[in-house]
Amino acid sequence: MTAGNETPRHNVSRRELLKRVILGAATVVPASFVTGATSAQESFETLTSAEAATLEAIVARLIPTDENGPGATEARAAYYIDRALGDALAPSRKAYTAGLAAVDALARRTKNATFARLAPQEQDDILQEMESGHAAGFTPNSSKFFEFVRTHTLEGTFCDPHYGGNAGFIGWDLIGYPGIRIAVTADHQRLGQSPRPLHRSAYDFERFVKEVLRRGR
Amino acid sequence: MAVRLEKTDVVIVGLGAVGGVAALPLTTAGLKVTALEAGTWLSRADFAPDELRNNVRGWPRSAQKANKEIPVHRPNASAPDSPRQSVHPMMNAVGGTSLHYWGLSFRLNPWDFKVAGETRRRYGASRIPKGSTVEDWPFDLAELEPYYDHAEYALGISGQAGNIRGKIDARGNIFEGPRQRAYPMPPLKGTGFTDLMASAARRLEWHPFPGSAAVNSEPYENRAACVYHGFCSRGGCHVGAKSSTAVSTIPKAQATGRLNVVTEAHVTEISVNGDSAVNGVTYLKDGEFHFQPAAVVLLATYTYENVRTLLLSKSKAYPNGLSNNHGQVGRHYLSHNTGAGVLALFPSSLNTWYGLPAQGIAVDNWADDNFDHAELDFIGGGNLWVYTERHPIAAAKMNTFGRAPRWGSRWKAFIKESADRWTGSYLQKTTLPYEDNYLDLHPTVRDPLGFPVCRITADFKDNEKRAASFIQDKMVQWFMEAGAVETVRQSIGTMGPTTHAYGGTRMGDDADTNVVDRWGFSHEAPNLGILGASVMGTSGAHNPTLTAQALAWRTAAHLIENWRTISS
Repeated sequence: MTAGNETPRHNVSRRELLKRVILGAATVVPASFVTGATSAQESFETLTSAEAATLEAIVARLIPTDENGPGATEARAAYYIDRALGDALAPSRKAYTAGLAAVDALARRTKNATFARLAPQEQDDILQEMESGHAAGFTPNSSKFFEFVRTHTLEGTFCDPHYGGNAGFIGWDLIGYPGIRIAVTADHQRLGQSPRPLHRSAYDFERFVKEVLRRGR
Repeated sequence: MAVRLEKTDVVIVGLGAVGGVAALPLTTAGLKVTALEAGTWLSRADFAPDELRNNVRGWPRSAQKANKEIPVHRPNASAPDSPRQSVHPMMNAVGGTSLHYWGLSFRLNPWDFKVAGETRRRYGASRIPKGSTVEDWPFDLAELEPYYDHAEYALGISGQAGNIRGKIDARGNIFEGPRQRAYPMPPLKGTGFTDLMASAARRLEWHPFPGSAAVNSEPYENRAACVYHGFCSRGGCHVGAKSSTAVSTIPKAQATGRLNVVTEAHVTEISVNGDSAVNGVTYLKDGEFHFQPAAVVLLATYTYENVRTLLLSKSKAYPNGLSNNHGQVGRHYLSHNTGAGVLALFPSSLNTWYGLPAQGIAVDNWADDNFDHAELDFIGGGNLWVYTERHPIAAAKMNTFGRAPRWGSRWKAFIKESADRWTGSYLQKTTLPYEDNYLDLHPTVRDPLGFPVCRITADFKDNEKRAASFIQDKMVQWFMEAGAVETVRQSIGTMGPTTHAYGGTRMGDDADTNVVDRWGFSHEAPNLGILGASVMGTSGAHNPTLTAQALAWRTAAHLIENWRTISS
C-alpha cells in the first residue's frame, strides 16, 4: 500500500505523529495538532521554505485539525500542492509566488507578523477577507487566489494518495468514502449500508499503468 | 511534398463513436476502408480509477490533438471571448469519446424529428421562437428505427423497452416511439437511491424508467458485465463492459481484414479534384505529410472539428471552405441545454459512491411535447435524470446549501455528515437552432500548426431559459417527494464547448439551408459524407450519441447501396 509518502526525507517524529493520528480514533487528536504546532521543516520540492510555511498555515485553517479528526495538515495537502506546482499545476506556480507573498504582506501590514505566526483567529480573519475579494495586494483579486488554494487543498486532502496528499486516507475516512473497489456488489449500493472502507490507491492495483497514451499498435 | 499513399475505397476521418460505427457495415459489405485517427489505441490498463487524473485534470490530457485546438466561445458577435476552457470536452483515441463518456444511449422521441411541423400544427406558427432556424428533419423516427436497432445490437446497449411495435410496456419509457424488438440486454441494476427516486416519481404519477446505456448489464459478445466500480465518467472501462466502438464495432470491422487503422494521424485538409468531388485527405503523421487518396471521404471527427476541417479545406471549387458554397457550414449550431440542474440535500446517506452515471432513473413526462404547451410560454421540455457515482474530491466540493461556510471547522463538520447526502441531476432540455448561434474560424487564436481554431458564437435564448426553469421546477418537485430537505437550482451557464454539440453541417433536403442531404452526403461534394451530431438540426431531450451512431450507420448503408454512383 502507498500512502503517498514518496519523499524519502521524512523526519521520524513527524512520521510517528502521523501514525498516531491514523491509528487513533478520529475523535482522539493529539494536542499538538489541535494547536497547529506542526513544522515546515520537511523539504518541499517547489516552494521556498517561507512560502511553504505560509501555505501550511493556510491549509491548516481551511480544513482544520479539530474534534472531527485530522485535517489538511495531516493529509499533507501542502505537500500535494508543492509537488503538483512542479508538475500538473506548474502553470499556477507564479500565482502561488505572488499570492503567498501577498498573504504575508497583508498579515504584516494588519497584524505585524507573517501569516504562519498569527493566532488561528487572526488567520481566519485574513482568510475571510481574502475570500470576500476585498483583501488588498492581490492580482487580479484576493478571492481568486483564495479559491485557487481552497480548490487545491481539497484536491490534496481527498485525492488518490498516489499524488502525495490524502495521507493515511484521512480525507476519504473523513467523508466516509469507502474506497476504490475493482468490482462492486448490489449490497454495496443499498441504502443504509456502509461498505467496509478500503485503503488502497488506484495504483496499488497492478493492472493499471500510471502513464497514459503509449504509441499506437 | 506529401507522401502519396495507395488509393482506398473510403477514408474515414476520426475513428470514434460514429466513424467507428460506420466502419463496420462498410467493411462487411466488402469496401476497403482507411480510418485516420488523431489519438492512439488505449487498453484496459490505461483506465485507472483515478478521480484527480480523470475528472479534475481532464484525462487524457497529454498528446491530445483536441486539447491544442479547444474552441473559443463568445455569447454573441459583439461580446468579447469568454475565458477559454483548459481541456477539450472530447478526447482523441481509437473509439474516441465513446471510451470515457457516460454511455447513455437513448433514442430520440418521435417529436424531435418534427419540431417545426408539430408545433405549427398543434399550437400555431407563432409558437416557433423568433429567430429560430429550426426545420423538420427530412424523415421521421420510423425511417431511422432500423439503424437504431443495428447500432444497439452491434454496440451492445442495455435497457428496458417501452414500446415494441406499438405495445406499451410501462417498465420502459412509455413516450418512446415504436421499436421492432427489445434491447439486446436488460437494463443496468437499480440501487437503493434509484429505487427511492423511482418510487417518488410513481407517487407523482409520472413514469420513471431505467436508462438505456452502452454498458453491458450482462456478458455480451465475449465482453464482461459492468462491475459498477464508480469511475465510469471520464474513465474508460477496465473490464471492457462499456460498449465503446473501440471494443465493439471497430474490432468487428477489423476482423473483416478490410479496415486499415492509422493512429496519430492529424488530418489537415480534404482535397478536391478540380471539379466538385473530393479525392482524398492530407494528414500529418510522424512529422511528415501524407496524402490518402479515396473514392469517398467520410468526415467523422466531432461537431467543432467537422466544421473547422471543412472551413480550412479551401479550393478553387470551394473558396469559402469545402461544401460551403451556400454559406451553411457552421450555421444552425446548438449545444444542449444541460446546465440549470438541481442539487438536493437528503436527511441521510444515499450510498451513491459506486455505480455509474448511466445507472439511474429517467422521467420523460416533461420532455418534448409529451405535455400540453397551450398555456405555456415555450416549446419543448426536458428529460429528468438522476444517477449514481460519486467521487471523493467532488463530494467534498459539495454545495453547502446555505447551511455551512465553505471552509473551517463548521464546514468540515458539515461535509463529514453530508458528503453522501446530496445528489445532482442531469436535465437535458430542448435546444433550438437560431440565426445568430453559429460556428466559424477564430480570427486570431490558432493551433500549433498555425490553423485557426473553431469559434462558437452562441447563447441561450428565451425559449431555452423558460424550458430550463420549468424543468427545474419539476426536478425540485421530484426531489422533495423523495424526501429531500433542501434544493439548489444551478445556473444555465454559457454555450461554451460541450460534449453535446449539434449542427454546423445540418441535414435536410434544401441545399440553401443545409450542408448535407437526407443521407448525410454533401449537397455540393457528392462523394463527401458527414457523420456525427453536426448533421442533427434538433437536440431532443436525450443524449446525442446513439442517434449520431444510427445516422452514421444509415449513411454507410446508403453508400453501400449506391456505391457506383457515389464513388464515380
